[in-house]
Amino acid sequence: MSVNILMPALSPTMTEGTLSKWVKKEGDAVKAGDVIAEIETDKATMEVEAVDEGVIGKLLVAEGAENVAVNTPIAVLLEDGESAADVNIAPVSGGSASKGATSDDAAPMAACSLPRAEPKGDVGGSALYSGSAGGFVEGQRIENREILVAQGHILPPPVFDETGFAATVETMTVREALRNAMAEEMRRDEAIYLMGEEVAEYNGAYKVSQGLLDEFGAKRVIDTPITEHGFAGLAVGSAFQGLKPIVEFMTMNFAMQAIDHIINSAAKTLYMAGGQLGCPIVFRGPNGAASRVGAQHSQCYASWYAHVPGLKVVAPWSAADAKGLMKAAIRDPNPVVILENEIMYGQSFECPTDEDFVIPIGRAKIEREGKDVTLVAFSIMVGKALEAAKKLEEDGIDAEVINLRSIRPLDTYTLLQSLKKTNRMVTIEEGWAFSGIGAEIAALMMAHGFDDLDAPIERVHSADVPLPYAANLEALALPQVDEIVHKAKKVCYAA
Amino acid sequence: MAVSNSRPEPTAEDIKTYYRDMLLIRRFEEKAGQLYGMGLIGGFCHLYIGQEAVVTGIQAVQEPQDTVVTAYRDHGHMLACGMDAKGVMAELTGRSTGYSRGKGGSMHMFSREKKFFGGHGIVGASASIGTGLGFAHKYNEDGGVAVAYMGDGASNQGQFYECLNMAALWKLPVLYVIENNKYGMGTSQERHAAGQLYKRGDGYGVPGEQVDGMDVFAVREAARQAFDYIRSGKGPYLLEMSTYRYRGHSMSDPAKYRSKEEVQKEKEERDPIERLKALLPAYKISDDDLKAIDKDIKQIVNEAAEFAMESPEPHVDELWTDVLIPVKE
Repeated sequence: MSVNILMPALSPTMTEGTLSKWVKKEGDAVKAGDVIAEIETDKATMEVEAVDEGVIGKLLVAEGAENVAVNTPIAVLLEDGESAADVNIAPVSGGSASKGATSDDAAPMAACSLPRAEPKGDVGGSALYSGSAGGFVEGQRIENREILVAQGHILPPPVFDETGFAATVETMTVREALRNAMAEEMRRDEAIYLMGEEVAEYNGAYKVSQGLLDEFGAKRVIDTPITEHGFAGLAVGSAFQGLKPIVEFMTMNFAMQAIDHIINSAAKTLYMAGGQLGCPIVFRGPNGAASRVGAQHSQCYASWYAHVPGLKVVAPWSAADAKGLMKAAIRDPNPVVILENEIMYGQSFECPTDEDFVIPIGRAKIEREGKDVTLVAFSIMVGKALEAAKKLEEDGIDAEVINLRSIRPLDTYTLLQSLKKTNRMVTIEEGWAFSGIGAEIAALMMAHGFDDLDAPIERVHSADVPLPYAANLEALALPQVDEIVHKAKKVCYAA
Repeated sequence: MAVSNSRPEPTAEDIKTYYRDMLLIRRFEEKAGQLYGMGLIGGFCHLYIGQEAVVTGIQAVQEPQDTVVTAYRDHGHMLACGMDAKGVMAELTGRSTGYSRGKGGSMHMFSREKKFFGGHGIVGASASIGTGLGFAHKYNEDGGVAVAYMGDGASNQGQFYECLNMAALWKLPVLYVIENNKYGMGTSQERHAAGQLYKRGDGYGVPGEQVDGMDVFAVREAARQAFDYIRSGKGPYLLEMSTYRYRGHSMSDPAKYRSKEEVQKEKEERDPIERLKALLPAYKISDDDLKAIDKDIKQIVNEAAEFAMESPEPHVDELWTDVLIPVKE
């Protein structure tokens, strides 16, 4: 049967072109791969190759023809035994290139099986927050939470009864809480390993992995060369095969060398694989400013990672946060970034010892209840917010302090509930203001809690400069308690 | 140049098998090019035509537990791994029946079942991910080797050297394959690479070999020896496959950086399928035998194209699925 040769699209943007030259003429035999014509596209002159074998029966478009639309028949190719006279040369519409019908029931895969880790989502549309969270009530277990959150629904956070764990607590540092969480999980699951610079024989640059090499051996606690891009990609590859790496970056600043694999390889692959290939991995390390280490060792990456669908981002403040979030991150089947804080490593808190103390990702904690203003903070800034609340109390202002714990997914529900009560909010973060977490929270509160706001939201954040080294300048650049107090008073019109 | 000398004689069955495997890739890619021309495939589409002997020869001596990862010129690797032509073509057309349900496209397809781990659009990523696959083989003690393909352009990425270092340090079972088709997009090897690519592992003690990547038997024997070395626990191995892509870097590349004569010469003198055909008389394989294979392949490819054109686009709900794996509350 004869075949129409169509005007090809030779670039993603080409809609028409000029047939600048016929290389073959009527009657010429061609085989697959032979150049038959030259075409000028919107970008360049390209050669058109034959796909099938045959004889050129008729040229339908003259040499030099301009503005020939893609998919216009330009020639007829005859098969063995046919002649041009046999062929009906009616132009073929572009219909052969039309897309297949979209069906509500995708045809079952006849060709290959695609095992997927989850059920198909069946939720459409997006609902605005109405105070009742789209029909969901607090304490309800929600299926397809990830999808609903992505669609902009405001949902009550995952169920968690933290008071139930208060009976057995132990005072420990954040560092010990992180280490204990890793050790407990590594005892439970052989697929978990820890990798990073100085994590094994040195016991961790900040001693977070103290003792883990002794307990788990060099197979599971692995010192890497200083090679962040490489070992992050390596860990991702191993996670594709089902291992569960914990990748320690000596600081999150160094993870910038690896951010390609964190985002392009870890976060996006599940989606690009249609759900076939998950990446159960934890990327962790100290984030934000330590003390006098200058601009390259002091950045807060919360908004960088929180920007990316496919990642979860948590930022512990206390030892309990550290332990419960680390365990949740390790057990999570998705890539999770844990933003720790070097200054917090040595601080002590009471921490539940129960091995099932796992804080659900996506649930904030109200650290201090109050009625006049909501202070929203994460990581080290939770402590500063609590200090500010004390000072505010002296001035008769009763501040509520929310410890976000999770940056992505964000517990927007808890923030809105608090705003409903206080009608005033201040966000506090160590990062810069532009496109920061505070900016996102302010946008969400405006969109979903506009009627509850009695004052514009204020943001406390680092000065918009690379962090300086000099002690006085560093203190000026970083968020301080007094500034939180000042902005809290401002939103209360008490400044 | 250290080309392997000892090669077991090919059998008639080998010749027919590799002819079939390579022809499937070539015809599939030609069809993909055609569908691209009809506007049925969007975005980028990087064809593997000319390089078929590389994956065919390596796949021929892999073990079932081995894993494969490559970059964006990946259709040939998927077919060689045994992934179904229909599912691959349907992904190219962005349909629900594609390997990634239409959400990945040409450069992003995966099959855990066939141990094919992509399909990666970032140049150099396959080196690191492949090293991680090798790490997992060693961790799990499953005897597998990871085959990490990359192009000559990718061999300049820093992460390749970071991984050569770790793979050599930890004796990871990884076969690095540089498919040297002479151009990193439009920049020739002479302009992008200092020194010889097969020597790039020298500093790490990773043995390397340059192989005629247009000769499926040369590829097979080099790969066999490399696998033997790796499986004996000595660590990674590097093969530079000297090959050539006939088409442009992607469909929209007019390939003005090389002469027609150069392309023609490669096609005439080195074509992997034609070179295999030259062996036929000695093995008493008739034209009819080949014609039967040709017919078979044509049918597979046509059916794949039909399937890819007739399958529906993904359901609109698929926009939201597969971002995260749900966690039980």
